Amino acid sequence: MFKYIARRILFLLPVLVGVSFIVFSLLYITPGDPARMVLGDQATEEAVQEFRNKEGLNDPFLVQYGRYVYKAIQGDIGRSYMTRRPVSDEILSAFPSTIKLAALSMVIAILLGIPFGIISAIRQYSLFDSVTMIFAMVGLSMPVFWLGILLILFFSVQLRWLPSSGFDSLAAMILPSITLAAQSVAIVTRMTRSSMLEVVRQDYIRTARAKGQKESVVIWRHALGNALIPVVTVVGLQFGHLLGGAVLTESIFSIPGVGRLMVEAIKMRDYPLVQGGVLYIAIAFSLVNLLVDLVYAWVDPRIKAQYK
Amino acid sequence: MNEHTEKNIGQSQHGLKEIFKRLSRAPLAMIGLAIVVVLVFTAVFAGFIAPYGYAEQDLMAAFEEPSGAHLFGTDEFGRDIFSRIIYGSRISLQVGFIAVGIAVFAGGFLGAIAGYYGGKADNLIMRAMDVLLSIPSILLAIAIAASLGPGLFNLMIAVGISSTPNYARIVRGSVLSIRNQEFVEAAKAVGSSDLRIILKHIIPNCLAPIIVQATLGVAIAILTAAGLSFIGLGIQPPIPEWGAMLSGGREYIRDYAYMTVFPGLAIMITILALNFLGDGLRDALDPKLKR
Repeated sequence: MFKYIARRILFLLPVLVGVSFIVFSLLYITPGDPARMVLGDQATEEAVQEFRNKEGLNDPFLVQYGRYVYKAIQGDIGRSYMTRRPVSDEILSAFPSTIKLAALSMVIAILLGIPFGIISAIRQYSLFDSVTMIFAMVGLSMPVFWLGILLILFFSVQLRWLPSSGFDSLAAMILPSITLAAQSVAIVTRMTRSSMLEVVRQDYIRTARAKGQKESVVIWRHALGNALIPVVTVVGLQFGHLLGGAVLTESIFSIPGVGRLMVEAIKMRDYPLVQGGVLYIAIAFSLVNLLVDLVYAWVDPRIKAQYK
Repeated sequence: MNEHTEKNIGQSQHGLKEIFKRLSRAPLAMIGLAIVVVLVFTAVFAGFIAPYGYAEQDLMAAFEEPSGAHLFGTDEFGRDIFSRIIYGSRISLQVGFIAVGIAVFAGGFLGAIAGYYGGKADNLIMRAMDVLLSIPSILLAIAIAASLGPGLFNLMIAVGISSTPNYARIVRGSVLSIRNQEFVEAAKAVGSSDLRIILKHIIPNCLAPIIVQATLGVAIAILTAAGLSFIGLGIQPPIPEWGAMLSGGREYIRDYAYMTVFPGLAIMITILALNFLGDGLRDALDPKLKR
């Protein structure tokens, strides 16, 4: 087990190097001179050149990348063109809202998706199953930003029940979390259902039924455990989608998170901030995936056995 | 042994026909297909269907509720929303199909090389794909689109690259399962080049899963592109893009809700149709899953 954990953590390293390489390359090919961006249009050509030399912007690509990584390890991934504050400070102060939003949506997705998936599978082809599957399909096809707008329209503008922006009270969190969760609820439901249907057809389930076991015990004890293994993977991957989707959700509900920060940065052409947001979210996603893999190994004895 | 090989070769020809036969028995998939056909038709003949031009302004008629003259109402510049949605189908379908085309081509190429040659090439390519997958795809698309700058073509590239790893994985998996079969060995024995073997013998045999993924992929690409336009990346005004229209209508949501309802509905129906079709294709491909 320890060997597996160690291997899995080591595997994180090349991924982080790769992500930082992509982020840096994208910054590098972005049109516009970073020196001009920092110094402004009024700066003289000499001042710009001096800045370029001082910051090493005239060095070869790989040298610059090396410096970027070296600084990034110390937590310095550049300064925002807009506020002149370090990008990491900007992002870290916005990060809690984003994580809270994604985590809340994840909880909704699990609490709704798994039970609905199980019941749908147990009663395959029933009315409940059909209705659930249609809702899941609609949820899957609903653009996050449109659902958010519709919910605001209905619950904030028409009924005036819930606030349409902010993220500081429980009431304000309801609409954004539902908006962001919708697609994941649909995906988790579909995955749980199909995984459950597959497991229910296995021989050992037939054996359990044949020996006269009660149906509830067959489902809850024998089938569920195995059916949930692929669901764990999907849930982990969903967290990445949620972090990505948070960018759109935050901008709809004016939540002061990384997503809204990035959208504002895009509008202001503040590229270090945009790419910094990508870097941080990719790191968060990788860490969550690591966690999921460890949970997976803990749940699935086959993986544990491989690394004895 | 011989029989086994023949069966596999036969599958590639009969396979698709058989799949479409099974598909025709799935009502939802057929509804999806019908909607997609209608959408393609609207996109191609937008100029004849749309009653107004997409940039045709009439400030006297701004903010008109849906009526006979303006089926879906007008926006803040008095532009006909119905016409803009019709023209918008052009943009969305273009982005969807071309972005997926880029992804299938790039992913297929990388996946085929990784799967066919194995070893170092496989390791290098698939680790690179893992890195791309560790960035949530919409974020990767945002990052690329932000760097390339706005524009339809850049949007397609951004969305295309962000979904490339999925296709690389699928193609690699299929190639791995096919490359050691006898008909590939036979082709090698008669001296076919690697390129010929991959193009003529391996790719046709792993077409089915690619088609399914591509159908669902077009849906995802359209959603991603709309999302990017929504936050101001991608298509620039006055070109009508559904996501950008939604974003524009947001400011007037309190008084003119119809401005955001119709473009959203257009996106959802398109995605729903593609998902129905993709789901149907998957079931048709693997009947084991259905029963």
